[in-house]
Amino acid sequence: MEHAAVVQHAVESGSKIQDLAWAILILPLVMAFGTAVLTPKNRTLSAAFNISGVVVAFLLSFTLFCVYGGQSVDATPFHWLPVAGLDAEIGLHLDALSTLMLMAVTGVGSLVMIYSTGYMHEDRSYTRFFSTLSLFVFSMLGIVLANNLLMLFVFWELVGVSSYLLIGFWYEKPSAGDASKKAFLTNRIGDFGFMLGILAIWSLAGTLDIAALKAKFVANPALLGPWAGLAGLLIFMGAMGKSAQFPLHVWLPDAMEGPTPVSALIHAATMVAAGVYMLCRLFFLYTATAGWPAALGFLDGVSAATIITCIGGFTALFAAVIAVQQDDIKRILAYSTLSQLGLMVMAVGLGAKTGDASASMYHLVTHAGFKAMLFLGAGSVIHACHHEQDIWKMGGLRSKMPKTFWTFALGTAALAGLPPFSGFYSKDEILAVALEANPIFFGVGVLVTVLTTFYMSRLVLVAFFGKPRGEGADHAHESPSSMTLPLLVLAVPSAFIAWLPLGEFLSGHFKPGHATHGGDILFGPFNHNPIAAVFGLGAVLFGFSLAYSLYGKAPTQDPLSAKLGLLSQAMRNRFYIDEIYDGIVVPLHNLLSQIADAIDRWLIAGLAVRGLSGVVEIAGRALRLVQTGSIQTYAFLFTAGVLLIVLLALK
Amino acid sequence: MTPGLHHYLIVSALLFSLGLLGVVARRNLFVIFMGLELMLNASNLALVAFSRYHNNLNGQVMVFFVITVAAAEVAVGLALLVALYRKRQTAHVEDLTSLKL
Repeated sequence: MEHAAVVQHAVESGSKIQDLAWAILILPLVMAFGTAVLTPKNRTLSAAFNISGVVVAFLLSFTLFCVYGGQSVDATPFHWLPVAGLDAEIGLHLDALSTLMLMAVTGVGSLVMIYSTGYMHEDRSYTRFFSTLSLFVFSMLGIVLANNLLMLFVFWELVGVSSYLLIGFWYEKPSAGDASKKAFLTNRIGDFGFMLGILAIWSLAGTLDIAALKAKFVANPALLGPWAGLAGLLIFMGAMGKSAQFPLHVWLPDAMEGPTPVSALIHAATMVAAGVYMLCRLFFLYTATAGWPAALGFLDGVSAATIITCIGGFTALFAAVIAVQQDDIKRILAYSTLSQLGLMVMAVGLGAKTGDASASMYHLVTHAGFKAMLFLGAGSVIHACHHEQDIWKMGGLRSKMPKTFWTFALGTAALAGLPPFSGFYSKDEILAVALEANPIFFGVGVLVTVLTTFYMSRLVLVAFFGKPRGEGADHAHESPSSMTLPLLVLAVPSAFIAWLPLGEFLSGHFKPGHATHGGDILFGPFNHNPIAAVFGLGAVLFGFSLAYSLYGKAPTQDPLSAKLGLLSQAMRNRFYIDEIYDGIVVPLHNLLSQIADAIDRWLIAGLAVRGLSGVVEIAGRALRLVQTGSIQTYAFLFTAGVLLIVLLALK
Repeated sequence: MTPGLHHYLIVSALLFSLGLLGVVARRNLFVIFMGLELMLNASNLALVAFSRYHNNLNGQVMVFFVITVAAAEVAVGLALLVALYRKRQTAHVEDLTSLKL
């Protein structure tokens, strides 16, 4: 009896979770369509609609998190496309990862929407902006909740489309249109690999359901045999596109053409996090036995995870170096995002050795909070300075916009990794994992921390201290409360989120029942892995003192540019990666399209289509000569025919 | 020397060929018409000759039919020709191409 009651209760709570999860997913979609169809003319109502939708979704996610925690629950899927050998389902999966991501996406999403009521106030397409944001939140939640790879891919593409719409929101500006196309096309390259990876997994493992796949991998780590490494890398290509890893990183800095709230939501907290989230979701692929097909035999002994680690580490360092010499406030943040994403990807790769990617996921969540805050702060600065984005034309904003300054400074401290703010703890986890796995990548992590602190301190010192150096900064004033309120709200998790035992919560997902360093959270890192913590803290202090010595005395131009000389030029020009792509990829693409055009024009249209019609026409013209229309000719031919037959008959 | 069957047949064949030549080669409708009559009469001659030499009257009956039909044909054909000539002021086949595309 008692047992039956427990089962009954479990079923009931399961169905409640399902309803909650479906509601969270569907709400933003309903709001997006509702706004687009019902209230396209009413600005206030549209904003209220969409904000309430995402806020309710956040509250539901919060409830889900508090009540059910990291329970692994599968909502009953509905069968979308059952065909032979493949049952395409739409189903939801909840666990520690997805509940945490749900909160991050809906939380940042609602704050960004509230912020947008101030930032986008004067825009003509106010309602379009809100409905597109809702559409984006819906797509992102789909990625977070998807229980199978096909559904994940569908929502993955939806995220691509909605980010295209948002980056190109000001489509009248040619640069915004170009940036949105660039983002979409670069993502398509990654998505193509992702799709091939999904197909490879489906053909080898026979299922696309993530839980079923995981079970199969646990039962047989060599499930994919020689294709394991390749499938893992192809799947990683999707993450390379969305999470902007080298060499597909070029779209993210350009995507800053979109409105700043979009940069905060998409290019800091959610879309770019999708790649890392997906890697963590499919983490079992990278802990499985590595193998390569014969053609890639030279990769024997190298696992996909190692390659991922290298790409992540390189991106982290590369982007951090570029960020040091950028002058556009949003571009500095964009390269900083690239660099932090590189660290996360590196942590996934390193975690594959220990079977625990919690460090990456942890940093992802804390980063979502403080980077969104930094972007919103940057938006507040840009708004106040009349759309001036060059930090050398700002200055002295500290006293004029105190709320923005203090939140921005807090975000900087968190991003740099200063205890007791959140970034320190999550970055320390990454450094600790790196120290255990590979000292080279530990060095990369420390170097990235030095550079991060340096460029962020540079940004703060130049933009907020000294005297105003531009007209916009002269007349700057604090932004309206609709914009400062989200900043203040985001400051809370940026400062204190690490005080919650999130790290343990996440490693519980990767290694159930495995207790990590518990106890004192505030000073935990120093007890658990003192070397990593001390190095991390030392890197921050070193980076800051370096930046202070250069920018502390309020220079009017960058003293570093003169010292670095040519290197500074290269850093300013993003190491000419875009130019290299223009020089290699574009001509190659043009050549391919010219070949395709020639084949189409001469072989298909020319030889096949026009050739066939030509033969028919010539035959017709020849046969037409026989039919003269003159009865006498017919009579002559008739007689000749009769004579011929008579001759033949007589023979 | 009395003329045999083959003499009649040779004359008949010559007449037929001349008639055919007229039909095929000439451009004037009247001449074509006359060529047609010549061909009919050549066949009449052949039929009469066969009838005489085979002692069988069927051929001569056939000739009467041919003469009757030819008379009717000439009546209708000449009437058409005259009407055509009045309308178009020509009896030349190359001018009568209004049905051609």
